[in-house]
Amino acid sequence: MQIRQTLAARFLQQQRKFCAWRGARALTAISNQTTKIGAYDVLVFCTLRNERVRLPYFLKYYRNLGVSHFLMIDNGSTDGSDSYLAQQPDVSLWQTHAGYKAAHFGMDWVNALLHRYANDHWALCVDVDEFFIYPFCESRPIHALTDWLEDTGRKSFGAMLLDMYPKGPLAAQTYNEGQDPLEIAPWFDPGNYTIKKHHLLANLWIQGGPRARMMPSEHAAQAPALNKIPLVKWHKSFTYVSSTHALVPRRLNVVYETQGGEMASGCLLHMKFLDTLGPKAAEELNRRQHYKGGREYEFYEEWTRSDRDLWCKWSEKYVNWRQLEILGLMSKGNWA
Amino acid sequence: MGLGFVMLCHTALERAAQTARYWASAGCPVVIHVDAKAPAAEVLAFRNSLKDVPNLKFVPQIQCYWGTWSLIEATLSASKILLESFPNAQHVCLVSGSCLPLRPVSDLQTYLADHPETDFIESVMTRHVCWTAGGLDLERFTLHFPFSWTKQKRLFDAYVTVQRAFGLRRKIPERVVPHMGSQWWCLTRQTLTALLEDPDHAKFNRYFRGIWIPDEAYFQSLVRLYSKNIESRSLTLSKFDPMGRPHVFYDDHLQLLRRSDCFMVRKIWPKANQLYHHFLAPEALTHQRAAPAPGKITRLFAQAGERRTRGRPGLYMQSRFPDAGREFGQTCAPYSIFCGFSDVLQGFAPWLEKAVGGRVHGHLFAKDRAEFAGNAPVYNGCLSDSASLRDHNPQSFLTNLLWNTRGERQVFQFGPRDQQDIATFIAQDKNAQIAVISGAWAVPLFHLDQDFDQKRETAAQLQRIETEFLTLLRQPWVRAHVQIWTLADFVENPHGQLQDIVRHLGPNGPVRPTEMPAVVDLAGLGPFLQRLRNHGMPPMLMGDFSPDQSEPSAHPHTPRPKILLRG
Repeated sequence: MQIRQTLAARFLQQQRKFCAWRGARALTAISNQTTKIGAYDVLVFCTLRNERVRLPYFLKYYRNLGVSHFLMIDNGSTDGSDSYLAQQPDVSLWQTHAGYKAAHFGMDWVNALLHRYANDHWALCVDVDEFFIYPFCESRPIHALTDWLEDTGRKSFGAMLLDMYPKGPLAAQTYNEGQDPLEIAPWFDPGNYTIKKHHLLANLWIQGGPRARMMPSEHAAQAPALNKIPLVKWHKSFTYVSSTHALVPRRLNVVYETQGGEMASGCLLHMKFLDTLGPKAAEELNRRQHYKGGREYEFYEEWTRSDRDLWCKWSEKYVNWRQLEILGLMSKGNWA
Repeated sequence: MGLGFVMLCHTALERAAQTARYWASAGCPVVIHVDAKAPAAEVLAFRNSLKDVPNLKFVPQIQCYWGTWSLIEATLSASKILLESFPNAQHVCLVSGSCLPLRPVSDLQTYLADHPETDFIESVMTRHVCWTAGGLDLERFTLHFPFSWTKQKRLFDAYVTVQRAFGLRRKIPERVVPHMGSQWWCLTRQTLTALLEDPDHAKFNRYFRGIWIPDEAYFQSLVRLYSKNIESRSLTLSKFDPMGRPHVFYDDHLQLLRRSDCFMVRKIWPKANQLYHHFLAPEALTHQRAAPAPGKITRLFAQAGERRTRGRPGLYMQSRFPDAGREFGQTCAPYSIFCGFSDVLQGFAPWLEKAVGGRVHGHLFAKDRAEFAGNAPVYNGCLSDSASLRDHNPQSFLTNLLWNTRGERQVFQFGPRDQQDIATFIAQDKNAQIAVISGAWAVPLFHLDQDFDQKRETAAQLQRIETEFLTLLRQPWVRAHVQIWTLADFVENPHGQLQDIVRHLGPNGPVRPTEMPAVVDLAGLGPFLQRLRNHGMPPMLMGDFSPDQSEPSAHPHTPRPKILLRG
């Protein structure tokens, strides 16, 4: 059994590496500033499309944590995201007009860049609407975390996706450029997450949150996966397999303790549910470039049209990482 | 009374330079050893930056590896030079490049002047104390360790096993009694000189070169031969996590460190600017005069260790997903499950809620939806009542509910009409308290206005499901607290049984129920059961009901004892 799994994982690794090689050829460098990358830098990797309004705060947030270089892939934006990013001193930008879906939802491109630029660096792979929270993040920069992980011999760090939402209809509050999305969407589901173990890749498969709660019940089993492993001390033999949910080699996916204790983990605050979702859902429905034919976007489109409220009386309002720790959504493990 | 420092550095040399300068400028000689593995350019810059400091020396560089003799070699050569070059140094303190003084040097000098003949070194007899966390202890001294623990882990382990199997032993030299302790010490000139000038010095060195992690044993053992007065503790506060790695201090530990009143601490994150700025400031901390009291820090790290090794029982999350049997408790709090009670007793749920003061749900595992208390569509923690979400992972559903409602006892109804997937999990769980009235499902069925053949089919199905459930509860591995009555036994003395249950339930002691719930009308149940039997469906689980009478049990007799399986 073990051998079969290992072989399957190896196969997957080789296949995705090939895809990454193919993906690399689809990328055109717009602004390559990677010579500025220092040996000790933590790098952010990100794929985006039409996210101009979110970019200023996104960059500010991660610069604050201590990230010194961003490697970003623009998938044919038409709202000026590309020209905005090209002006940033710490952003290297690539562009592609190839299909997002055919590139394993952008992962082939990211894998290609990781392979080329992330070797021996701590790499953080996030979307523009994901904000990384880790233990002590308000007082310790991201290098404190990566140094500590390195001391304890860890190569990867898990951070569950936590869907954040506003109270009231999404369209009721407008997100303005540079604004902290937490001001609009500070609510989350504190305790309805289900976990199973993935047998091939040994990663946990976490579902739940408002999207599972609000989706028609016949689709419950297909609710989006929330487990993510966004922070990895990269080696060129590594590859992400499906989004940042899992990697090969498989050992990188074991970011959880099986003998009863807790390993340190973080959260990705997922700021998807803002007023920007409505137009986005309509567009994505047309493009059909998302997972399972973008069926998720059908619901989003319907929610925004019918003014459905994701908020309920048990929703929790975000305070800080300690609150998430107490709720059991993340853990500081033995980091003190 | 002079104090000198021997400093071992390997990374973050600019911080080491800062600390060395701080000590040297306070009048303490410093002798520094830099790991030969450090980049040459950095070492050169480091040496240049300290050129202007007069009472500071460097010793030739050796390559140092974790837990090997090289560390002792470096320490010995640096100590020799310190003793030779600075005759005023009466105490020698071994520190690392990531140590930080928490109190002015004058404090430490005064303290040492008060203890002129005391050696401060943690030195515990290996025989007496299990000092190491799960690793080798006495065997460190008696086995051979030719392989590197970090680089040749498998060979290392295999060779230990082989030596154990064949009883291979090294001989501990005469006079040496194995002691271990923290590697950061402060020794007197006399002790250190005696150690270096012992005629057996070379012999001891040969022996200790071969033991495992000599830096935690060499000085700790040998000091026992020369010291007049050993104070078995380190002046350097240094804490280790369950994996044996030193805990690191950051800027947010500033207040904690200030209040600890320790002399020195290890290890500091090199980029903890505030800590370095605060503790190396020339005017730093003149008010502190208390004796070292690192209790708070010890507690903080002990809690962190506990979190890492044991975690929070009953919590399943992204970084705690225990294998079966490794949970330290499958759920986070005790809870109760009542099977059949709401079929037999009118208004059972509201009555129970009043009687025990917990939260009483309906059938949480009902086929169509989870019947939360108060019929809520969403419950604590945003748990949805959707049956398909719940059945997608029933175990997560239950553990989530219990985790979300910590501090409030949860009670729910269960029966053969419900989804049964959760049964095994609750039977294994020591937090579950299960009370069953077997065959109670027949009561609502009997009252149902339905065709008899249909009722017979339903009865057969429910009986099969409940029999399976009861069989499960009688397995030897069951850890739940289980009580089972037959329907007939229960209705004989329902209020007595209820009081019994409630007494065990209440978290704050029993709340005396003012009024007992009434038993539903059972007239005609006996003939109904007989009719089922006549039609080929023998009711097995209800106990004895007279086929002719409406009352249970044909003959008055003493009540049967209930079946108590566990607890």
